[in-house]
Amino acid sequence: MYVADSRAHSPAPPGPTGQGAPPSGAPASPAGAVRPLAGRRRAAVAPTVLALGTVSLVTDVSSEMVTAVLPLYLVAGLGLSPLGFGLLDGVYNGFSALVRLAGGHLADRGGGRHKWVAALGYGTSALCKPLLLIAHSLTPIGLVLAADRTGKGLRTAPRDALISLSSSPETRGRAFGVHRAMDTAGALLGPLAAFLILRATVDGYDAVFTVSFCVAVAGVLVLVLFVPGGTARPSGALPSGRTRPTRPRGAVPSAGRTQPTRPVELGGTAPDRTPPPQRPGSPRPSGRPTLRAAVALLHRGDLRRIAVCAALLGLATVSDSFVYLLLQRRLGVPDRWFALLPLGTAAAFLLLAVPLGRLADRIGRRRVFLAGHGALLTVYALLLGSFHGTALPYVVLLLHGGFYAATDGVLMAAASECVPEELRSSGLALVQTGQALARFACSLGFGAAWTVWGDRVALTASTVALVVCAAFSLRLRPAGVAGERREAAAGAGKDEK
Amino acid sequence: MTVHARILVLVSVVALLAAVGVASVLHASARADRRNRTQPGGPRVTAGRVTLTEPGRMVFRSMAWGPHRDELTTVPAADPSGPRTASGVRCLRFHAAAGTGVCLQAVHGAVSDTYRALVLDAHLKEKARYAVPGIPSRARVSPSGHFAAWTAFVGGDSYAGTDFSTRAAIADVRTGRLIPSLEEFRIVRDGRPYTSPDVNFWGVTFAADDRTFYATLATRGRTYLVRGDLRTRTVSTVRTNVECPSLSPDGTRIAFKKRVAGLPKDAPWRLYVLDLRTLRETALAEPRSVDDQALWRDDRTLVYALPGDYGADLYEVPADGTVKPHRISAAAVSPAFVP
Repeated sequence: MYVADSRAHSPAPPGPTGQGAPPSGAPASPAGAVRPLAGRRRAAVAPTVLALGTVSLVTDVSSEMVTAVLPLYLVAGLGLSPLGFGLLDGVYNGFSALVRLAGGHLADRGGGRHKWVAALGYGTSALCKPLLLIAHSLTPIGLVLAADRTGKGLRTAPRDALISLSSSPETRGRAFGVHRAMDTAGALLGPLAAFLILRATVDGYDAVFTVSFCVAVAGVLVLVLFVPGGTARPSGALPSGRTRPTRPRGAVPSAGRTQPTRPVELGGTAPDRTPPPQRPGSPRPSGRPTLRAAVALLHRGDLRRIAVCAALLGLATVSDSFVYLLLQRRLGVPDRWFALLPLGTAAAFLLLAVPLGRLADRIGRRRVFLAGHGALLTVYALLLGSFHGTALPYVVLLLHGGFYAATDGVLMAAASECVPEELRSSGLALVQTGQALARFACSLGFGAAWTVWGDRVALTASTVALVVCAAFSLRLRPAGVAGERREAAAGAGKDEK
Repeated sequence: MTVHARILVLVSVVALLAAVGVASVLHASARADRRNRTQPGGPRVTAGRVTLTEPGRMVFRSMAWGPHRDELTTVPAADPSGPRTASGVRCLRFHAAAGTGVCLQAVHGAVSDTYRALVLDAHLKEKARYAVPGIPSRARVSPSGHFAAWTAFVGGDSYAGTDFSTRAAIADVRTGRLIPSLEEFRIVRDGRPYTSPDVNFWGVTFAADDRTFYATLATRGRTYLVRGDLRTRTVSTVRTNVECPSLSPDGTRIAFKKRVAGLPKDAPWRLYVLDLRTLRETALAEPRSVDDQALWRDDRTLVYALPGDYGADLYEVPADGTVKPHRISAAAVSPAFVP
């Protein structure tokens, strides 16, 4: 429904770039306390992030191959009528939200099994591909797709947690940007691969599914081999030079506190809410991520603020398909170009994810996140306006992709700041789920408004809602200001207080 | 495991996976050769001249394996399983009436398939072509030969690709003017104007007056039979739970597929005939689920396709529900009869 859901696996946050060294002169940040690479190429991205980006790229090639040929397969290959097939989607949306929360919680239990829960998710989706070879009617195919999406729901939060854990706070925006760009590249390559196979074969759907399976297995393999497991930080097999941070005792946040003070082990204070790094090999403290602790995350003012902000703005984020439909109606985009519109958004997302992620690291994630919604607002305004030039579709798609680039990864980078490490997956899952549910509600509402009052009124209402939600979000910043400064000054060694 | 060992593992497993992938692609491409060879026991197909005006013929897409697979072919309507004459024109869906044909084709591009609709004259010469926005599903020509209609599935953009919509287009063969989507028409539902973003149309069928047509309208999870007016550009609902209507030559009845409660979700339809004067429905004697827009061979007989060993087979059933259906031709789909 939203490109960030479909392509980037979720309204997930931007990935962390690992090992980024803080700006020169900056005292060590907790996560970056050991920064052997400081002073080296600032642009380096943690190997773990690149590995996760590769996993996502490869997995998206695999899943988008299937997505691209599925309609053709159902209609031409199996002779089924696909209408009404989407009926389960609404119900499934609620379920996948639960799966995402469960995935986040599972990943945090037992002291950070992010990698293995993510591997379970990726593995489940991989196993679904060969099942498509033997499912020949709608019900089994629907079940396989549901299992596929369950895998996707499971893996999203742990994967984003791994990205955030393997990058320093001051480079997280860029890290998530790199991840999202790689992910989107996979989504663009997948359909291409599928059609090349169909071209080389006759009714080669079986070949598409088989190749998709092989590609998915390769993705799982990269994850298993090259992403450090368990609680390991980007140290491990990866030459990142980072040490593994300790989980502070009692890091489960007490309600309302922006941030617990924590012991500083390696010098420097924590500019970020992640606990300070731990020497490799030292025993992990026992902070046990319980379900209750996960729920209690919402008592944290800063995380709640982000979650509320994301959900509020999600309420005014019109589903991609409506945007394309409006674009088509307003501007008379010919039908045959209609299928290309999502590619435009994805391409802009791909190109802008890294620059905007870096920008977020520099000037503040909140600012970029809100600016992204400004881009969305401009999209609405352009769709409502009277300018009908040929440039309009390009501008709209560029802004639409820019909206995702400025919000998808950036949100996760911002949320990562407010979630203690041992609850990282749960916390990110909370924010993602809130946003996803809000967007789903928006789609339902928008569809209903369109039915009753027509598309213009529905879009005008969304525009007003977006302005109101954005204004409200702007006011929601008490600690956000401090947080923002902290972000901007990440690595500057200031205590967050 | 050292980095070296990991890379070794990755490279060897990826090599194995690549081998599996390549093998599956090769296997699937070898299918081309198999299908281009004539199937033993299949119908005899020879190249020849096919016209849309030769009386007593059935013209259809032949799905029989061999060099003429997927071409428009013709057989005597009296012997539909007899030897076929192939035209060289390939279509996915086809229909013809009064010397006008509509042929929905795939165009294999470098990176993706696109689709188009060709309007053909009686000698299968192209008179006009239109882009079709998705996978072709239904095709119809009006009894006069003046209008052609087609429906395509337009894929959604959601992750699992499960939300589809349809586009139904109508072309005026004489002027070349195209109505790209019936969604442009005003909708009157139960006597009142109706708008909704989720409106879908499919399965157009024309009356003989060059003005009236029928089609399926879907919205809010329900399907309606609508009567359309090409002059006022309006459609009005007639009845619910009617899909893929097909108007009888005398204009009094509509054959359609009906979603029957209690049937499996992937095979939910039964064939019915609706009398437009009494609005009484008659179930036909076809016990299987039919997913096709049936065709009236004459005022008493319906022809439709069911899945078969080589794609689809054509069956025939009386329109009064009395007699069981029988297969008239294997490996065939999208028929048109020249009276």
